[in-house]
Amino acid sequence: MHIVVCIKQVPNTTDVRINPETNTLVRDGVESIINPFDENAIEAALQLKDEHGAKVTVISMGPPQAESALRDALALGCDEVRLVSDRAFAGSDTWATSYALAQAIKSLGGADLILCGKQAIDGDTAQVGPGIAEFLGLPVVTYIRKLELLDDGARVRVERVFEDGYEVIESEMPVVLTVLKEMNIPRLPSLKGRMRAKRAEIPVLSAEAIGAEEEKVGLKGSPTRVVRIFSPPKKTGGMRIDGTSPLDAARLLVEKLKEQRVI
Amino acid sequence: MVEVDYGLTEEQLEIRNIVREFAEERVKPVRAELDEKEEFPRALLDELGRMDLMGLYIPEEYGGFGGSTLDFCIAVEELSRACIGVSVSFAANALGSYPILFAGTEEQKKKYMTPLAKGEKLAAFGLTEPSAGSDVSGIQTTAVRKDDKYIINGTKQWITNGGEADIYSVIALTDKSKGPRGASFFVIEKGTPGFSFGKKEKKLGIHASATRELIFEDCEVPAENLLGREGMGFLLAMKTFDQSRPGIGAQGVGLAQGCLDEAVEYGRHRVQFGHPITSNQAIQHMLADMATKIEAARGLVYASCRAVDKGGKGVSKISAMAKVFATDVAMEAAINAVQIFGGYGYTRDYPVEKMLRDAKILQIYEGTNQIQRNIIGQALVKEYASKKK
Ligand SMILES: Cc1cc2nc3c(=O)[nH]c(=O)nc-3n(C[C@H](O)[C@H](O)[C@H](O)COP(=O)(O)OP(=O)(O)OC[C@H]3O[C@@H](n4cnc5c(N)ncnc54)[C@H](O)[C@@H]3O)c2cc1C
Ligand SMILES: Cc1cc2nc3c(=O)[nH]c(=O)nc-3n(C[C@H](O)[C@H](O)[C@H](O)COP(=O)(O)OP(=O)(O)OC[C@H]3O[C@@H](n4cnc5c(N)ncnc54)[C@H](O)[C@@H]3O)c2cc1C
Repeated sequence: MHIVVCIKQVPNTTDVRINPETNTLVRDGVESIINPFDENAIEAALQLKDEHGAKVTVISMGPPQAESALRDALALGCDEVRLVSDRAFAGSDTWATSYALAQAIKSLGGADLILCGKQAIDGDTAQVGPGIAEFLGLPVVTYIRKLELLDDGARVRVERVFEDGYEVIESEMPVVLTVLKEMNIPRLPSLKGRMRAKRAEIPVLSAEAIGAEEEKVGLKGSPTRVVRIFSPPKKTGGMRIDGTSPLDAARLLVEKLKEQRVI
Repeated sequence: MVEVDYGLTEEQLEIRNIVREFAEERVKPVRAELDEKEEFPRALLDELGRMDLMGLYIPEEYGGFGGSTLDFCIAVEELSRACIGVSVSFAANALGSYPILFAGTEEQKKKYMTPLAKGEKLAAFGLTEPSAGSDVSGIQTTAVRKDDKYIINGTKQWITNGGEADIYSVIALTDKSKGPRGASFFVIEKGTPGFSFGKKEKKLGIHASATRELIFEDCEVPAENLLGREGMGFLLAMKTFDQSRPGIGAQGVGLAQGCLDEAVEYGRHRVQFGHPITSNQAIQHMLADMATKIEAARGLVYASCRAVDKGGKGVSKISAMAKVFATDVAMEAAINAVQIFGGYGYTRDYPVEKMLRDAKILQIYEGTNQIQRNIIGQALVKEYASKKK
């Protein structure tokens, strides 16, 4: 079984700031990490490897610095990594990113299972997983929290979560899955893994290596046009109720609501 | 921020990173609960096994990482920064392993070290007895040779990882007439008929660590479980302590650092008389002394690790110095951290209460700090007496 996990390197902050002049994310002085949901995707792949045996390949599209995310993946016990990186990819939107990643997976000879995170904590679109599936012509199940192999790995059964419940879905393999935090608790790297990863060569896949068509990648290949991007204004007004106890706070709240004639 | 340069290798920095991450993400969130429930940290040790850390001190030929004493002590320090109940459950495996590593045959090492390196099994060290605490020569446990077996009788007391471990290095008298010269080490596995455990001790601190009696009643052990030769036991015990004492020092450094971390953070936010309490010079001086002594202790512990790895005469003195100094620093840091927290520090809502209870053991086990000073003092007298005028 060959499992490909797609990971994105993101800034380690939940408070993403945007430069109002360039309309781009402010990345200076912010430490980079593996997108947290993608850590769950890696863990899911490694658990399948531990239980059933599998080759786990991790790919990431990004600038040369994204190499460190792939080193972290190696330290966790993933077998191989590829950095999908080329100047030609600059300016890729989710469509072009999905296309490039799909091409990269093809160039690796395909996969039986492709795992992505639910969404990236910076871009937040949740489009890339389904996008990859579309380009590869594969089924996709998003927002899964549980995964088991059926029929010796011919099919999967997954639990797909909604706000008010969950679906149990079975699918043929190959399939693309996007995973939630609840899926598992990611392991920590092993010492030997960390030392191996430090010294490892990280292979780079260029646009040519993945056989990407020039007009489908980068700015040229990106149909999305960002009209405006801005930091939302800080919420003002509002009121904080600090009671000495929950009971106290509830009493205060009711008083205020009555005052405003809400109740 | 510039750090004191201890000349750590890339590997040692990585060990520190990895264990620090483990301590932050895995140990800190559960330490209060482990303490409250007096629960052995089995799941944490399993994970340390998967992370290659249980085999840190074990040579590569037995599946370990082949790390130095300093490698091991860096890991112990980082775990101790979060919880020494957890760190002693980790470190006691090394203590139980040293007699095997020092005196075991190739076959014995392969058999016992391999599962320890993977974290599949745990080890313990059994020396102390009701009548043999500081005075090791007081041991009463006997091992009588009968054909191809030894029959063990006696009781070991306060054995860390007792009941939880699978592999026990135990010292017993093979020749009573020779006193300490008649003592020998044996490897005894859990489940051997005649080997049972006393109740788990109720302790002041390190609640996550399990301390039990080992009870031997006509316990038959195959003769091949003898480590080294008969009569080597006492020397082997001393060699083990020379090796392990820097580890207790590292526990002291870690615990003290944990106290400092907590005290500074708390003090910066606790406002009295209109300003954070850390703006009082009296508090700053306490913190300054804490930080300075911790750094001095760390320097001594790291240097002693390097001395232990080089070996040679006088190592006992250096490793005793590391243990006594760093654990006295830890005790003082814990007392002062509680003081800086005031009333809050006296409650279980904050971690320094536990750190204070935990700290005390460091001045007691693996030889009390009085005994360490005896070792240092005796070494000094000998050293100067042998100097040519
Ligand atoms: C017009 C336009 C131009 C852009 N230009 C750039 C640019 O120049 N540089 C730039 O960095 N970004 C650029 N972006 C942003 C970039 O397109 C998105 O970050 C990217 O497509 C992923 O989308 P997302 O962050 O919403 O991820 P999501 O779709 O939310 O991610 C879901 C999952 O897909 C996988 N995934 C997502 N991205 C990657 C990746 N890169 N590698 C591997 N797996 C991944 C992960 O498993 C992730 O959990 C641009 C966007 C637009 C609209
Ligand atoms: C939690 C815990 C875990 C332990 N784990 C282990 C273990 O894994 N394996 C193991 O073998 N043992 C273990 N021990 C035993 C520990 O090493 C002993 O408790 C320690 O060596 C002291 O012995 P004692 O308690 O009998 O004290 P005693 O020897 O009775 O000493 C009492 C007091 O007298 C002082 N004293 C004694 N003799 C002298 C002297 N000559 N000069 C000055 N002062 C002196 C001591 O310093 C101490 O203050 C553990 C103990 C505890 C509490």
